[in-house]
Amino acid sequence: MALTANTSLKKDLFILRQLISKDFKLKYRRSVLGIIWSVLNPLLMMLVINAVFSFIFRFDIVNFPVYLILGLTLFNLMANSTSAAVTSIIGAASLIKKIRVNKLLFPIETVLFELVNYGLSLIAVAAVMIFWANPTIVPTLNLLFLPLLLVYMVIFCTGLSLLLSSLAVFFRDVIHLWNVVIIAWTYVTPLFYPIDLLAPWMKAIMQFNPMYHFVTYLREIALWGNNPGLMENLICLGMALLTFAVGLLVFKRTERKFILYV
Amino acid sequence: MYKEAFPKDSETNTSYSSLEDMIVLENVSMVFNIANEQLNNLKEYFIKLVRRELFFKEFLALKNISLTVKKGDVMGIVGVNGSGKSTLLKIIAGVLEPSSGTCTTKGIIAPLIELGAGFDFELSARENIYLNGSLLGYSREFINQHFDEIVEFSEVGEFLDLPMKNYSSGMVARIAFSIATVIVPDVLIVDETLAVGDMFFQEKCEARIKELIESNETTVLFVSHDIVQVERICKKAIWIDHGEEKMQGTTLEVCEAYRLSHGN
Repeated sequence: MALTANTSLKKDLFILRQLISKDFKLKYRRSVLGIIWSVLNPLLMMLVINAVFSFIFRFDIVNFPVYLILGLTLFNLMANSTSAAVTSIIGAASLIKKIRVNKLLFPIETVLFELVNYGLSLIAVAAVMIFWANPTIVPTLNLLFLPLLLVYMVIFCTGLSLLLSSLAVFFRDVIHLWNVVIIAWTYVTPLFYPIDLLAPWMKAIMQFNPMYHFVTYLREIALWGNNPGLMENLICLGMALLTFAVGLLVFKRTERKFILYV
Repeated sequence: MYKEAFPKDSETNTSYSSLEDMIVLENVSMVFNIANEQLNNLKEYFIKLVRRELFFKEFLALKNISLTVKKGDVMGIVGVNGSGKSTLLKIIAGVLEPSSGTCTTKGIIAPLIELGAGFDFELSARENIYLNGSLLGYSREFINQHFDEIVEFSEVGEFLDLPMKNYSSGMVARIAFSIATVIVPDVLIVDETLAVGDMFFQEKCEARIKELIESNETTVLFVSHDIVQVERICKKAIWIDHGEEKMQGTTLEVCEAYRLSHGN
């Protein structure tokens, strides 16, 4: 029994790899710079926003470019993977209707694909930290917490993706609605501004924003060189697992009906 | 050889005895809810839900079908358009779940239900062989080993690295067929796929299916509107009409009755 489960997992992993490599090939086909865009994109985005917030709205944040790009890239990991995942089941309709395949793979694939992209954007992050930081940032051992944070992020994004992809099968409204949610979420997460700017009651509400915790976690370990502490780890893990559980539950309860609605 | 290359599902059984039941359908019914109106909108849905106006018309695509296919059987499925043949095949292939009744299958199923499902036409044939192979459950090593065999059978050699959107539908079908039949599957499901490709490739496909049949390893389910082809390939047949089993027996009997019912 354990053996057959293992081979079925192996089969799923191979499908995942094939799907990710397919997406990768298609994303950069016929672009001159190709994969360099994965690095260039966050860099350019950071430059634009940095320009806006350096000249128009000014916040008193030390190392603002680093502060910005750390938050932006991590937030985009969530935003891009969930936005792509919303249509992942609908997009795989032709497959689901004809081949018996583990449907969980499609939303999971979008998250892992974005994780690879995030890995590439870390090059941009590193570049900003090395060349832009003033005062210079000395990396501490706390940076080693990054993989752990990414595990939380993947669990969290997968949970959201499972939830969204299955809901979108039954209500296409979710696709449009999610775009708006992402925009709102961008502004309620302190990506461009410091959390201290907010009124106390807003700060209290902010505690329920998972992205606030993830982004702050990253800034703690990468920018400020602090240890995130056990409590913060538990909060991040808890939020990730809760989201994942809800997503998986909804997905598992509805996946049998997908084929009738896609 | 393919056994280790092809991961088995947890329900499958690897022990073989002669005349083992490969596919067992027991009282399988399939009900589709046809909404009276399309509700793809949350607002509409909730308004209807609150007003208790969510009515669905039920459509019975299959009614109490029972069927046992033994190892090495070649079973033809005949019936007019919309009689439920494809629904039946999809249930056997594990794509659809029956509303009631049970469907048990053993071993590796190679579904030739619609050739080319899972192809991405932006990718080259080479890339698609790996993608499609993974979806059919082949391992990387297995595809590596049989890659040349697939290419050779499909006869698309020189176009191998061209995006498949530039292929003709016949060439797409060739590759799809080659990938799906490179293993010796336990169950092969063929749904009118032979109607694509040129005459020579059709003959080649039929020859390959015959080869699989004659190996006595493969159980075949065959759906076609070409009664002559069914008679030529199949040993047994089932006739489905409006989701109900009309007749089951040897191919000759069933095809004869089917022909008579349509007045020729």
